[in-house]
Amino acid sequence: MVSLAPDAPLTGAAPLTRRSLFRRRSAVPGFGLTLGITLLVLSLIVLIPLSSVAIKAAGMGWPDFAAAAFSTRALDAYRLSFGAALIGAGINGVFGALTAWALVRYRFPGRTLLNGLVDLPFALPTAVAGIALATLYAPNGLFGSALAKAGIKSAYSPLGVVIALTFVGLPFVVRTVEPVLRDLSTDVEEASATLGAGRLQTIARVVAPALIPAWLTGFALAFARGVGEYGSVIFIAGNMPFKTEIAPLLITMQLEQFDYASASAIAVVMLGVSFLLLFLINAIQAWSRRHEG
Amino acid sequence: MAYDRPDAPETDVNAGPAPDLAASNRDAPSRAPTPDASAPAAITLDHVSKQFARFPALRDVALAVQPGELLAVVGPSGSGKTTLLRLIAGLEFPDQGRILFGDEDVTLAKASDRRVGFVFQQYALFKHMSVARNVAFGLDVRRRDRPNRKHRDARVAELLKLVELEGLAKRYPMQLSGGQRQRVALARALAVSPRVLLLDEPFGALDATVRKSLRRELRRIHDATQVTTVFITHDQEEALELADRVVVLNQGRIEQVGVPEEILSRPATAFVAGFVGQANVFDGEVRAEVFEAAGMRLPAEGVADGPAQAYIRADQFALGDAANEDGGGLEVLVRRAPPCTGLVRLEVDLEGRLFEAALPRREGFATPAAGDRLRLKVVGGRVFSSPA
Amino acid sequence: MAGLTLPPRAAAAAAPPAVGQDPPWVRALVLTAVVGFIGLFLFAPLAMVFVGALSKGVGPVLHALAQPDSLSAIGLTLLVAAIAVPVNAVFGVCAAWAVAKHSFPGKAFLITLIDLPFSVSPVVAGLIFVLIFGLQGWFGSWLSDHDVKIIFAAPGIILATIFVTFPFVARELIPLMQAQGVDEEEAAATLGATGLQTFWRVTTPNIRWGLFYGVLLCNARAMGEFGAVSVVSGHIRGQTDTMPLHVEILYNEYDFVGAFSVAALLCLLAVVTLALKALVEALEPQFLESGAPRHGV
Repeated sequence: MVSLAPDAPLTGAAPLTRRSLFRRRSAVPGFGLTLGITLLVLSLIVLIPLSSVAIKAAGMGWPDFAAAAFSTRALDAYRLSFGAALIGAGINGVFGALTAWALVRYRFPGRTLLNGLVDLPFALPTAVAGIALATLYAPNGLFGSALAKAGIKSAYSPLGVVIALTFVGLPFVVRTVEPVLRDLSTDVEEASATLGAGRLQTIARVVAPALIPAWLTGFALAFARGVGEYGSVIFIAGNMPFKTEIAPLLITMQLEQFDYASASAIAVVMLGVSFLLLFLINAIQAWSRRHEG
Repeated sequence: MAYDRPDAPETDVNAGPAPDLAASNRDAPSRAPTPDASAPAAITLDHVSKQFARFPALRDVALAVQPGELLAVVGPSGSGKTTLLRLIAGLEFPDQGRILFGDEDVTLAKASDRRVGFVFQQYALFKHMSVARNVAFGLDVRRRDRPNRKHRDARVAELLKLVELEGLAKRYPMQLSGGQRQRVALARALAVSPRVLLLDEPFGALDATVRKSLRRELRRIHDATQVTTVFITHDQEEALELADRVVVLNQGRIEQVGVPEEILSRPATAFVAGFVGQANVFDGEVRAEVFEAAGMRLPAEGVADGPAQAYIRADQFALGDAANEDGGGLEVLVRRAPPCTGLVRLEVDLEGRLFEAALPRREGFATPAAGDRLRLKVVGGRVFSSPA
Repeated sequence: MAGLTLPPRAAAAAAPPAVGQDPPWVRALVLTAVVGFIGLFLFAPLAMVFVGALSKGVGPVLHALAQPDSLSAIGLTLLVAAIAVPVNAVFGVCAAWAVAKHSFPGKAFLITLIDLPFSVSPVVAGLIFVLIFGLQGWFGSWLSDHDVKIIFAAPGIILATIFVTFPFVARELIPLMQAQGVDEEEAAATLGATGLQTFWRVTTPNIRWGLFYGVLLCNARAMGEFGAVSVVSGHIRGQTDTMPLHVEILYNEYDFVGAFSVAALLCLLAVVTLALKALVEALEPQFLESGAPRHGV
């Protein structure tokens, strides 16, 4: 019964065969040009330079690499960098989430100022933060002297490193959790309440699960930033080998002795951890996207 | 193109010295001949196929759009309507087949070289430009024959008058209602004197009353400009009311092309019957060109023996005459009889099968109530063999 | 039905807080914790810089800033930013155009690669350029033969700065342009606009605030970068010292007023950056909504 329209065309054949890869893909122009520039600049500035570390380290041979990358001094440096970054990210995980909550849910005087201050570590040069924190927490500084009276050594100790890394990682959790919290309409909380859930149950079962992917992302970003941080730490850390020497500082130490191979070995370990974290962050985001539908 | 003709109605009225820019600025060869029977189709899709990463969007579509006609493309979502339109506009490119404007092959021509007017579903107005700047955009970006300011402003004024937005030239899209935005989008598309006007679900985002009035507007503007127009819609009522001809698309294939009357009264396929008429479907069997289902016998000329389905629209029932009973008489029980105007819409029960019947209101005929028994006869409908 | 009757209006005052609102004591507790935390970790260091600089009055500050070494550090910092920021802005716009307005296989991976410099320690960022352009590096002998200095000179500082600020503009623009879609660009195409006309007349006005925002953050980081620059600069006073490096030198020489004076100047940059950012967000509230979580500095 299917009869095509009386005016159905003219030529029966389909003269156009499947086109090559270069057929037009989109009506929005400039794809080839902009992708070309992107790949070129990305390769020249990022990818090729980064490969130099791997090539340098690969040229060392395993025994030399292991000796440089896993020396006692290096292991102590990793322990400090990773440990302090983890603690810093943890502190930011708690207070960052509270800050995001306060910024989204509460209206209070000074909220705009608080909101602006949160981004300070993004905008303030790390060296400036470094000398400011070092001066504040030095034994004769405003906070350092108070802590010293309580028997706590802050600057020139691992605690100093934690303080600096808390500073640099502060915005991450706030700025990742905040938009999700803002988008999370109070509807779902009201729905939860009408279904008989108490306030704590609502927070634990409805609000928190929605925030967890963003929170984890923020935590991982703060941690990743802390592991690599240099400028704000070196002033407050004291930089004693085996005690308060962070991994990036150890790299610069090796560089000052022109031991590029050892520096590269340590850099490769740090890059490996960075990529692992990057992969983790992407996995978290992909996972949360899947769940948000 | 017809819009370019100096004698096109409406555009010249009261325009005084305002020149018809399109006519004065365009080089002669690109002008289409006046529509007549022997002229080539305005748009020809020559066995066009388009495949997206996962699914085929259009399969071997062959279609000719006549100069000056208003063509509607209907189909459910995912049927390939939008792809069809975007292929014509040059926003996508076919994998197979050719697209011709007149006898010019535009299959691989860039959108910016095709001179089509495209009205997007969400209008895609330039948010940072005033209404006037939006409408003037297509003239401002011309590399050749860019009209001077006076001509451009005259053209913009003329178009805003055409879409009845004279006072709003300085507004920004954010300050307009949905219907007004739609008109701006239309004026913007018409400003370039398009060879063909394409509208993607032009009324999709509007509420029911605005929809109705804009439908009439579109018809009026089409009649005034006589530009070849293709619009897509998922609303078959809109297509039937507005278009000169209707294309029914399903799963990337054309099911039927025809004038509205033809589509409605002689659906070519079961799909068209079901989609366009929102018909009641009765499962049954054809034996010797007669369709039989529970309590129902219908003629089914040319339908092969075997399982079949009858598609009968609600308005293809009428009150049967008890005294003069024929083979099509159906004994039904009224289940629901909601109050309504116009046709009397009833939900009725035929041996356990519920369906909808809409009967003409007649003098001296008491509106049936739930629980009444009625005798109906079938005054239309189509029978199709069940898909294997 | 008695259970459904509403309580009289007067009882509303004693009613529990609306759903989604915390009781006052929770609110007070959260705000105290937040304000204390921000005050301790953010406000105190910021204040410390200005206190440190102005501890002996304004005169010494101006004196410290007028030193030739300070002026040369300021000059070099401005030069570095003047090159690194436009490079990254152009790159960012190109990358965002390719990624956000088109679809192609490997897109997600490309975005990850663009983000890569955020995950690399600044010190490593400096190291890689030493390995390539340093004396023992890939091009070291060729460069010294031709008397071209990259490491321990301005070009190295600029390269390292471009590396660490690489993702800023792209990161800002990609989610913004993705959210805006391609409707307006397609409309422009059907109206006959060329690619460049579409970009300048249609796209640019829509992304200007995102671009401004990205450039702002990129600039702050470019002027303030310390770790990467420290590795490639060689710390030659008056020649390869940027402002942050100069802060370190003065601090290590126990010239605290001098160190804090230069630091205060950088602080002002940060404060202006944050103020402009707040202004953008106030002027363009929808811009804040359209972006993805903005992180990664």
